[in-house]
Amino acid sequence: MSDAQDKPAATEAGHSKFLTGDYTFGTVTDKISAVVLSGQTPRSWYVGFAIAFSLVMLLLWAITWLFVKGVGIWGINIPVSWGFAIVNFVWWIGIGHAGTLISAILLLLRQQWRTSINRFAEAMTLFAVACAGLFPLLHLGRPEYFYYLIPYPATTGVWPQFRSPLMWDFFAVSIYATVSLLFWYVGLIPDMATLRDKAKGKFAQITYGILSMGWRGSARHWLRYQRAYLILAGLAAPLVVSVHSIVSFDFSVTIVPGWHSTIFPPYFVAGAIYSGFAMVLTIAIPLRAVYRLHDLVTDRHLDNMAKVLLASGLVVAYGYLMEIFMAWYSGSQFEQYMILNRLFGPYGWCYWLLIACNVVIPQLLWFRAVRRSVPWLFMLALMINLGMWLERFVIVVVSLHRDFVPSSWGMYVPSFWDWATLFGSMGLFAALLFLFIRMLPMISIFEMRELLEESQGESQ
Amino acid sequence: MPRKDVSHLQDLRRRLTSQRGRGYWRSLEELAGSAEFQRYVEREFPEGASQWKANRREFLTLMGASLALAGLSGCGGQPPEQIVPYVEQPEQLVPGKPLYFATAMTTGGVATGLLVESHMGRPTKIEGNPKHPSVPAAFWQGSETTAPGVSDIFSQAAILTLYDPDRSQTVTRAGEISTWDEFLTALRPKLEGQASIEGRGIRLLTETITSPTLAAQIAEFRQRYPDSQWHQFEPVNRDNELAGAKLALGEFMGTHYHLDRADVILSLDSDFLTSGPDHLRHAMEFASRRDVQPATNSRAEMSRLYVLESTPTLTGMKADHRLPLRAGQIEAFAIALAERLGVSVEESQCTELTDTTRRWLETIAADLQNYRRQDDPGASLVIAGPSASPFVHGLVHAINRVLGNTGQTVTYSEPVEAQPVVQNESLRELVADMEAGKVDVLFILGGNPVYTSPADLRFANALDRVPFRVRLGLYEDETSARCHWHIPETHFLESWSDARAANGTASIVQPLIAPFYQGRSSHELLSAMLGKPGRSPLDLVKEHWQNRLNDTEDFESVWQTALHEGFISGTQWPKKSATVRQVSDLLKNASRSGRFEDLPRDQVDVVFRPDPTIWDGRFANNGWLQELPKPLSKLTWDNAALVGPELAERLKLENGDVIELEHEQRRLAAPVWIVPGHPDQSVTVHFGYGRARAGRVGSGAGFNAFEFQTSASPWHIDGVSLRTTGRRMPLAATQHHHLMEGRDLVRGGTLGQLRDNPHGPEFMQSHEHGEATSLFPPDEHKYEGYKWAMTIDLNRCLGCNACAVACQAENNIPVVGKDQVARGREMHWIRVDSYYEGPAVNPRVVHQPVPCMHCENAPCEPVCPVGATVHGDEGLNEMVYNRCVGTRYCSSNCPYKVRRFNFLQYSDLEKPSLKLLNNPNVTVRNRGVMEKCTYCVQRISAARIQSEKEERSIRDGELVTACQAACPSQAIVFGDLNDPASRVKQQTEDPLNYSLLGELNTRPRTTYLAALRNPNPELETMESKASH
Repeated sequence: MSDAQDKPAATEAGHSKFLTGDYTFGTVTDKISAVVLSGQTPRSWYVGFAIAFSLVMLLLWAITWLFVKGVGIWGINIPVSWGFAIVNFVWWIGIGHAGTLISAILLLLRQQWRTSINRFAEAMTLFAVACAGLFPLLHLGRPEYFYYLIPYPATTGVWPQFRSPLMWDFFAVSIYATVSLLFWYVGLIPDMATLRDKAKGKFAQITYGILSMGWRGSARHWLRYQRAYLILAGLAAPLVVSVHSIVSFDFSVTIVPGWHSTIFPPYFVAGAIYSGFAMVLTIAIPLRAVYRLHDLVTDRHLDNMAKVLLASGLVVAYGYLMEIFMAWYSGSQFEQYMILNRLFGPYGWCYWLLIACNVVIPQLLWFRAVRRSVPWLFMLALMINLGMWLERFVIVVVSLHRDFVPSSWGMYVPSFWDWATLFGSMGLFAALLFLFIRMLPMISIFEMRELLEESQGESQ
Repeated sequence: MPRKDVSHLQDLRRRLTSQRGRGYWRSLEELAGSAEFQRYVEREFPEGASQWKANRREFLTLMGASLALAGLSGCGGQPPEQIVPYVEQPEQLVPGKPLYFATAMTTGGVATGLLVESHMGRPTKIEGNPKHPSVPAAFWQGSETTAPGVSDIFSQAAILTLYDPDRSQTVTRAGEISTWDEFLTALRPKLEGQASIEGRGIRLLTETITSPTLAAQIAEFRQRYPDSQWHQFEPVNRDNELAGAKLALGEFMGTHYHLDRADVILSLDSDFLTSGPDHLRHAMEFASRRDVQPATNSRAEMSRLYVLESTPTLTGMKADHRLPLRAGQIEAFAIALAERLGVSVEESQCTELTDTTRRWLETIAADLQNYRRQDDPGASLVIAGPSASPFVHGLVHAINRVLGNTGQTVTYSEPVEAQPVVQNESLRELVADMEAGKVDVLFILGGNPVYTSPADLRFANALDRVPFRVRLGLYEDETSARCHWHIPETHFLESWSDARAANGTASIVQPLIAPFYQGRSSHELLSAMLGKPGRSPLDLVKEHWQNRLNDTEDFESVWQTALHEGFISGTQWPKKSATVRQVSDLLKNASRSGRFEDLPRDQVDVVFRPDPTIWDGRFANNGWLQELPKPLSKLTWDNAALVGPELAERLKLENGDVIELEHEQRRLAAPVWIVPGHPDQSVTVHFGYGRARAGRVGSGAGFNAFEFQTSASPWHIDGVSLRTTGRRMPLAATQHHHLMEGRDLVRGGTLGQLRDNPHGPEFMQSHEHGEATSLFPPDEHKYEGYKWAMTIDLNRCLGCNACAVACQAENNIPVVGKDQVARGREMHWIRVDSYYEGPAVNPRVVHQPVPCMHCENAPCEPVCPVGATVHGDEGLNEMVYNRCVGTRYCSSNCPYKVRRFNFLQYSDLEKPSLKLLNNPNVTVRNRGVMEKCTYCVQRISAARIQSEKEERSIRDGELVTACQAACPSQAIVFGDLNDPASRVKQQTEDPLNYSLLGELNTRPRTTYLAALRNPNPELETMESKASH
């Protein structure tokens, strides 16, 4: 990743920077805050938000019906007792990872190019975790008793069962959600103050004023702020690895062929980063176009992200390869059958589509021309999103549908409500993003100012 | 209650206090033992019962009140709405402790003895009555009063029909609600009109009647109306057996088989192990001769079974050698066999057989003869099924005679029917009379002839010409809809009657509960027809037996014993000697239809059979039986046209493709289901479906095979043309994969292999490596008290599903419906898996009942985040329903997939009558909760309480699970592994014992005993050559 700095790519203007165009502190601030404060919301925002909001309504409808009737409205059955809810959960959690990686790990590694994308990547994390957090709840047969998973002092004297990976999951995800929220909010405080100061309306001034928690920009504030932010980054960094490792334990702790595998933690983490960066690209590319942020989110950013995609994609491909190798190497007929069934069974097409999306087509990223081509990148990002969803589908559903006893083998056919919940969650994610873009600075203003100072310092 | 009844009450009380020592009492009547009491209760009780629309609470009030009244005189004037607390507990009735009553159920008229469990007055569970001659005992060493006997799916499921909310509830006249009194008013002038013409216009149509009381009533009726006619018809009848007996023996006779004596058995299209009279006894006798466990059989010997059949049956799947043939071919085979065995057959048919079939014939014939030991003759047995023609039945009598089996493995007696008739003839005569306008008054008692009569008779059209039609039936069905009067019939658990078991033993049908609705029994209807309405069925039955046994000194004690035991001892038919007539005479009198040669390519045979679970449609509204997977096809909620793999391949048919059969302008569209081992050029269709008015559960499912049946050849038609339609129909099956994929799920081999290496036969070696060394500390559980375990002997298992229904009844398992089964959400806690081995044309099939394995290292336990499935100290894997939040993680991690999830609200919490059905000792599960086999933990608790009261430990055999009790071949054994003498302990140490998927280190407590076959070496080599 340091490659980006060692060999700065030549931009059209000959700059080797992550900030192009002729900006001052003032214009950078205006440019970003205008999206929120000018009130000139583009028509495409309304169209997009309307679509997203309709999907949220679909989600609410699906959830209401789910609570009325029970999880039987989905396609799950015995043997496939885990279906879309778990697939979607893992997918969304994975997507969240890129945000944390960008904001925390790249911060600690002092990767400057993170600056223009970290804010919305963090927001993306938060919203993805929110979507992910829905699914374990919806998945429950009796969601009204979800609190049995919380170790609270109950008069029954019954505790949760700490040996269960679902318990670990519960803690991992709730910690992750908390830290992500804090990290994101702390990062927002100086910008809230900027907005408070620039806002014209009374309501906006008061709201941003409250949210900025009395930020005055004093040196002492900045000192404390930097410390807090670094500590939070330090806390968040291990979560990038731990959360998806623990999610992978849901599978690897079991004895189900296709789940019971020691490679799962690194393989899941790589997959998470892979899908997360794909989602960041999926969001960044249209945002950049609509709000004309080409100067702030440059082609070099895209290029860097494409390289991360390529690297994490190769780790994921290694994981796929190892699964097949281990099935053969284990000598276990159940493992071997699982792989054959995954490749050539009734859901074989899912596997090959996932290989195409996640392994074969992303090899185009070796070519610089592809990495620099916005349409290509956007298409590849969408494909990887699809591929990563399919990967979880293959792991969850295809492993379960044919396990040990052939008499119990079955098929899983998702119902309308399965799809409604999946697309509804995408709607929720998009709607939250639209609101975020409209109400909060989508790029960190103060960090851009820092970047401007540094780059100007360098060029002078 | 008026005070004037005090004298009766005092009498009751005196009786109550004076009765001692009997384990249980069976009824209020017995308790009171007087006719006055009967009348007294009738006056008090039916007030509530006749307006039955009560919920559970009202019901309990009623029962509680009536029982309280039986023991208590001082509570007159209590408002009936309140539950009356017992000031003095009625003796024997302890809340929470069930009582057991003996009764009997009839199938095809033949009685099976039952023992019914009753909780506070409501029957909840049916077991076999082991004292009854039709019912072998289950292994039992506990209290004699609760000893269970084996049973079958129909008797297990009968309890659901009792509580079926769709049963007809009121007398109707042309569809309008009416009353019994109005019916009597309408009936009287009709009968008076007939009296003058000797009843010439009266016809009575019943099902097969074995009830001595009912037969006597009918006889009395026919005495009064001498020109009236009595017809009997049931679609699944024993016409051919009776006609065959008449042909060969000169008169109608009952034939009895003794499989415990038979070393070699040949079945010609007979499913004697799972259907027909006495199949429970057959199953047990057969299983006892297949048992090779060292403890019981030191010589390791087994009987050998050959089956030739035109449709795959469970009996065929137990065969050592099975040959699928078309129905017509079986007849040709039987003739050739008879000739080969020295029965002189005039015109030889042997040339027709193919070379392979001829070799089969030679081998089987040699085997049948070789087993004829000089010192102990008659150790072989040939059985022909109900579908075989009378001619084949005649031949089989002759063959058994030649083999010396008569009097040994085959005995004869009076037929069990009160008046044996060839029923298809009987129905044909009735239809002819109706068409000719000779019938003025028709009484249809039971049955459902409008639906079940063969299509060519056009029964319904003829019926419409009868001016006065009366129907007595459990349901307001197709026949009721075409009758003027419909009278709701009482369920057999609601009313008194009697019936004969297969060996002639008269069994008393005793009610467990007052009739729910305005039901009348056939005895009451006949009594009314005789101008004596209002006589109680109890009086009628009791009076009949009092007259019959008039030489007995103390009838009352005989009667009491009969009620207690469930039958009247000494009433079985004596053995009868029979002389087989010359076979050449047989040939003269019989028409034959057998052809061996292949049919033209576009034609098939169509074979008709009763449905394996809903029979001729009488159980169509029984959800348990609808949802019970049919053996082999594993279909639920539908019938299908079963075809063999060759036919399917030729016509490119897949499961669910709709075909159309056509024969003599009759057409039948049916979805196809491919069953390996089905004979080629043949299609099997099952009766019982395509019901228009079965009820909410059964109406509209499947197709009606009766519409394609002819009265001339009710069991099969040949020369049917078959065409594909291109349409498809979704069918719901519970098992889609029948290959083991090279896994050691069902282990089995031959008797020879076991003899070669009795302590570790080759087929017991697993492909997978065994339990690996573990880094984890050894099992934290010590199991110092009891250590429960179960073994399932696959060698004994017939795959009959009795365990599955018994489990459903015991454990309040809900029915989910076709749609949910199609989605893979059936709820059975124990399922019977079937796997095929060998060529698809004629595979070997093994059955494997799979309940929860109660693993010592249960994969489900550590993954539950809330601790809802936990390990008990006695090794039970326990479900805590209240704690379950429904993550379904346990099910994902269960390698046996025995866990069942309430994806929706499956348990019916609304219908009052279904609430009464539930076992009060088992939680009714709601939506979102996981459930599974508990090893009948409620029964363990009951046994524990009993043993602790007596300060001892639970004895082996004092505790049986529901599946174990029901199993007709007693393949399931449950007990304590810490008891060195327990049967389960012995079976786990048997060299044939293995754990299912033991290589996963789950250490299951449920283990299996391998299946064995006893093949004939000659045929074995021939078959293996053929398949290579």
